Amino acid sequence: MSDYTQKIRETAKKLLSEGKVDAVIGYREGTLPLMAEPCLVKDPEKVDQLVFNSFCGVNLANYLPKRKDRVAVVAKGCDSRNIALHIVENQVDRERLFVIGAPCTRMVDRRKVAAAVGGREISGVSEQDGKLTVSGPGYEQTVDKKDVLQDNCSICIHRNPVLADEMLGEKLPEQEADRYADVREVEAMSPEERFAHFKDLFSECIRCYACRNACPLCYCPTCFVDESKPQWVGKSIDPTDTMTFHFLRAFHCAGRCTDCGACERACPVGIKVRQLTRKLEKDCLGLFDWEAGMNPDVRPPLDTWRPEDPEEFIK
Amino acid sequence: MRFLKIAKDDWTRGVEDLKKSFRVFGPVKEKEAYDFRLLDKGVLPDFSFQNTRLSPKSTVYPQSEILFEYTLDESKADHHVHKVPEKDYSPRVILGIRPCDAKAFELVRLNFDTPEYKDPYWLSAYEATTKVGLACDDPCSTCFCTSAGSGPYDEAGLDVLLADRDDHFLAKVLTEKGEAFVSAAGWNTEAPDAEAGFEKLAAEAEGKVPGGVPTDKLADKETVALHGADFWEDVAFSCINCGTCTYLCPTCWCFDIQDEVKGAEGVRMRNWDSCMFPLFTLHGSGHNPRATKVDRVRQRFMHKLKYFVDRYGRGIQCVGCGRCVSSCPVNIDIRRVARLMNEFEPAPEKCPA
Repeated sequence: MSDYTQKIRETAKKLLSEGKVDAVIGYREGTLPLMAEPCLVKDPEKVDQLVFNSFCGVNLANYLPKRKDRVAVVAKGCDSRNIALHIVENQVDRERLFVIGAPCTRMVDRRKVAAAVGGREISGVSEQDGKLTVSGPGYEQTVDKKDVLQDNCSICIHRNPVLADEMLGEKLPEQEADRYADVREVEAMSPEERFAHFKDLFSECIRCYACRNACPLCYCPTCFVDESKPQWVGKSIDPTDTMTFHFLRAFHCAGRCTDCGACERACPVGIKVRQLTRKLEKDCLGLFDWEAGMNPDVRPPLDTWRPEDPEEFIK
Repeated sequence: MRFLKIAKDDWTRGVEDLKKSFRVFGPVKEKEAYDFRLLDKGVLPDFSFQNTRLSPKSTVYPQSEILFEYTLDESKADHHVHKVPEKDYSPRVILGIRPCDAKAFELVRLNFDTPEYKDPYWLSAYEATTKVGLACDDPCSTCFCTSAGSGPYDEAGLDVLLADRDDHFLAKVLTEKGEAFVSAAGWNTEAPDAEAGFEKLAAEAEGKVPGGVPTDKLADKETVALHGADFWEDVAFSCINCGTCTYLCPTCWCFDIQDEVKGAEGVRMRNWDSCMFPLFTLHGSGHNPRATKVDRVRQRFMHKLKYFVDRYGRGIQCVGCGRCVSSCPVNIDIRRVARLMNEFEPAPEKCPA
């Protein structure tokens, strides 16, 4: 059992039995190897289902808006940044929230693990010292965790929570990373090449909205694609409608996306949705020296106006 | 019913001959995953898959389909008249469909082919389709077909069942459509002794399918009590209400109808819909009878595992393909929910004080 798991259970038990919160939002063991399921625990006697491991990639900040009760939530670095945004955007009342901060040990992409074992069935996995031991019918294979990280985790530079009421461990060292290598490749394309690139990127989309629904930023009561008066976007899998959905959704996330990777992780057909959001992240960094969710007291740049805002792009 | 042996040396020729009289669909690997596609000349189905990412239901029931076309231009004689666009209902064959997915067509048929209503689009496509199954000798860990009334060698809904035997396929020809298929491919090497071998393979494969998803008590449960069970909030908590489970499911049949008009020209189309979406049940008045996530998640499981069972009396609306289990972004697992529902006992009623 990881140290975090033990501490989460102790904290949850204490908070619930002392009546400090009504519920704790965390992860429980998945029914599949390499998965963990978000869960809500209200009973202090049931905290032992809570776990923390390398498969807790779901962003729990997504489960906070519209809650009326007092909850505690387990938050990795990115989750905590989304909580900070929720606070700025008045989606969460800080007074009713207890943040259990988890300096993040980086999350594993189960598709990469599946590829690393050649697509063979995986019936069990254990992790120790930066290695995953994967087993299945007739084989056991050890994989370096760093080779199978979620793409966003491998370039993450903010693994430590930006806010917490209790920390599960000491802060971990942050890494330097080139976050935008693939974005620059797309920027270097001609408009025709770029359009072809995006058309191909979204060609397999089935409009299930898993990317949108997994995203903590997408809390609008009615998403623009679900509006009917007027109807802005067609509902078929016509490529123009599908791209309209993805592009507009990405723009709604400009200056707000924390690159938690929830969208890509959720996509059932493996679309690299973050190519769009990271371009916007790069632009916000360049134009406004801005990284989303680092401070719960500062509004995102596209949500405010300052006299010194750059305006060279207004022609 | 008869058995044939198809040498793999003769496979490519046969598939190409088929394409002269059929549109041939088969699994192909694109980017990361396998899906069913119309196979062009020279393209063979790739049988190195366990199962396809999306089910083959779209070969008969496309995700988006135009039902009618019309013009609003009153200078035209046929303005405001709904016209069915030309459709290709020439014979088609799905090569390499898994037995669970073939059985799913029979379940979906219950919705589109009833004594009262016959859906012309679905039925025309279905009747044009020959389904050639590929038996599963290597089931996935998320498979539970044998718990869901199907199996790795299930023949339900199939015209031919193939078993892959190293240098050849054994083919069990099951229907007249199946006969027309083998004849078009020119495969006619009889294998009269194959029956016993087929049964042995089936038994071996069935033994490999993870089982233990109980559904035997679902029919006896009291619907209202099950609807009010205390586990739904816990089951639904992690759900993000995306359409992954329903869109990947071979048995989900729900659709939405939309008009799309550009200028004076319009089409009426139907698109797959999902009971996970809040919009699915939103009334024109603004009222939503399934307003919460718990309502929607409960509906999906109650439909598949209770209402369907009661209405049709032929088991659950699930063939155990495991797609929703392996692709759910938050690991909601129908096997776990089936267990909870099957084992549910309502709390005894309290005596009035």
